[in-house]
Amino acid sequence: MEISSKDIRFYPLGDTAVILQFEESISDQVQRTIFAVSHFLDEYSFEGLVEYVPAYTSVTLFYDPLLISYSEIVQNLGEMLDEIAIEEPVLESAILDIPVCYGGEMGPDLGLVARHCGLSEGEVILRHAQPDYLVHLIGFAPGFPYLGGMDPDLEIPRRESPRAVVPAGSVGIAGKQTGVYPLSTPGGWQIIGRTPLKLFDLDRTVPSLLKAGNKLRFVPITELEFERIANGY
Amino acid sequence: MGINVTKPGLLSSIQDLGRNGYRKDGIIVGGAMDGLALRIGNLLIGNAEDTAGIECTLMGPELLFESAQLICITGGDLSPRIDQEPVKMWRPVFVKKGAVLSFGAGVLGCRTYITASGGFKLPLVLGSHATYIKAGFGGFKGRALKKGDSLEFANPYTGAQARSNWSADLSKLYPGIQDPVIRIIPGPEYDWFTEEAKQALQRQDFKLSTAADRMGYQLESVELPLKQARELLSSAVAFGTLQVTGKGSPILLMADHQTTGGYPRIAQVVSADFSLLAQKRPGEHIRFKLVTVEEAHALLQQRAKQFKQLKHTLMLKGIL
Repeated sequence: MEISSKDIRFYPLGDTAVILQFEESISDQVQRTIFAVSHFLDEYSFEGLVEYVPAYTSVTLFYDPLLISYSEIVQNLGEMLDEIAIEEPVLESAILDIPVCYGGEMGPDLGLVARHCGLSEGEVILRHAQPDYLVHLIGFAPGFPYLGGMDPDLEIPRRESPRAVVPAGSVGIAGKQTGVYPLSTPGGWQIIGRTPLKLFDLDRTVPSLLKAGNKLRFVPITELEFERIANGY
Repeated sequence: MGINVTKPGLLSSIQDLGRNGYRKDGIIVGGAMDGLALRIGNLLIGNAEDTAGIECTLMGPELLFESAQLICITGGDLSPRIDQEPVKMWRPVFVKKGAVLSFGAGVLGCRTYITASGGFKLPLVLGSHATYIKAGFGGFKGRALKKGDSLEFANPYTGAQARSNWSADLSKLYPGIQDPVIRIIPGPEYDWFTEEAKQALQRQDFKLSTAADRMGYQLESVELPLKQARELLSSAVAFGTLQVTGKGSPILLMADHQTTGGYPRIAQVVSADFSLLAQKRPGEHIRFKLVTVEEAHALLQQRAKQFKQLKHTLMLKGIL
């Protein structure tokens, strides 16, 4: 893997965080690097590191300034990046299947999306379930994935007035983006389906099902299959 | 036995020092807006610094004590009273069974903290008691306090009432919250802004609009334009991030901010000034002053030293 501390810029985000900024645009290379850095930090934490947040082209590390200074943390990170480069890990995330029941009560905006895009409802489902999506980052709400890779023909603006309640598991489209609501919250995305999987579950050791760098695929299921998965059999 | 909420106040919620370690899962840190006031309130009654207390906003609640307890009230001055008698802040207070703690006019600041000896009996969610209102978990049932809620104390208070009869000098440790000057460090996108915007950042007044809550403060000011329109890919933000929307309007992110954001970050408030920020009210004016990361760290080290001194004093008094 071709990463070196020389290609990365470091910025302070105030007095408790440092941003590792890779290239300014999204690429497979940057994504792999970010995934490698995240993996490394999971395995080898260091004194003063509180936590880290991966995003599209950056990783932000939060630290305790009473335990480590800014210059120390930047030096640590430089050494760490060189070490990752030497190890050359081949990190390819497995593709997760996310079952989705499209349309009907679970996807009330499917018809609208189809009309807007000049496609049949069936074609919208096919095209939405076609690509492998990449989780660029988790943000906005607990376990909420920002996904890259949607078919551009499915683009549709968000609803003019947001719904007061979007049920947990709802799969939506907003502009170029598609995503899944992990919790029941207000929301303005066009809802085309729902997954029975819990993207966020406090009873799990790791509450968020997805993390940055994961790849996933949406798999169309029937209402009956939805019920079966939701009820755990 | 504990407290019965007879009036909830404007926004009263259980908060500790926040939920660390889950930002990458989209889970906010949250916790007390004025963490310093909460920490001091805990220490003064012998609690661990990060014990959860009640954060009250502008209009405090009315609380009926169903059992006796040693408490402490810190932060902004919202005229606390026990059975209608004014009660001193920043010192341990013994509250008798059946007494009512209420609040009156907001005299100074915006947020007040009520800590109880031993804290409250609440389940830990992902290692914290902080109330995450938007996601509906943590604190008391994942929501702000409502009329009729019963908050149980973790321990009944069995110590002497006399322990309440003293106070500590906190003038060095806790800032004068009327100070309008907030210190900042240039943000990652600072150089994306025009010279005029950079000048305005340090010279102009910024007014907290009415849209100012635990998530963030929208500020009213002159526009802070970018040199040229640029798209920013979402990246991490933090408590105290000053981001500027497409219209050139600044928003200051506070305790319940989302974990990531996509607006250019012109500056970041130093941690040592979070109390000042937390205590500002809608309509109040603030000014910004640039400092370096090293200066900001020196402020935190100084505060850590003052904390150590306070702890030492409390140990000598037999509180800790």
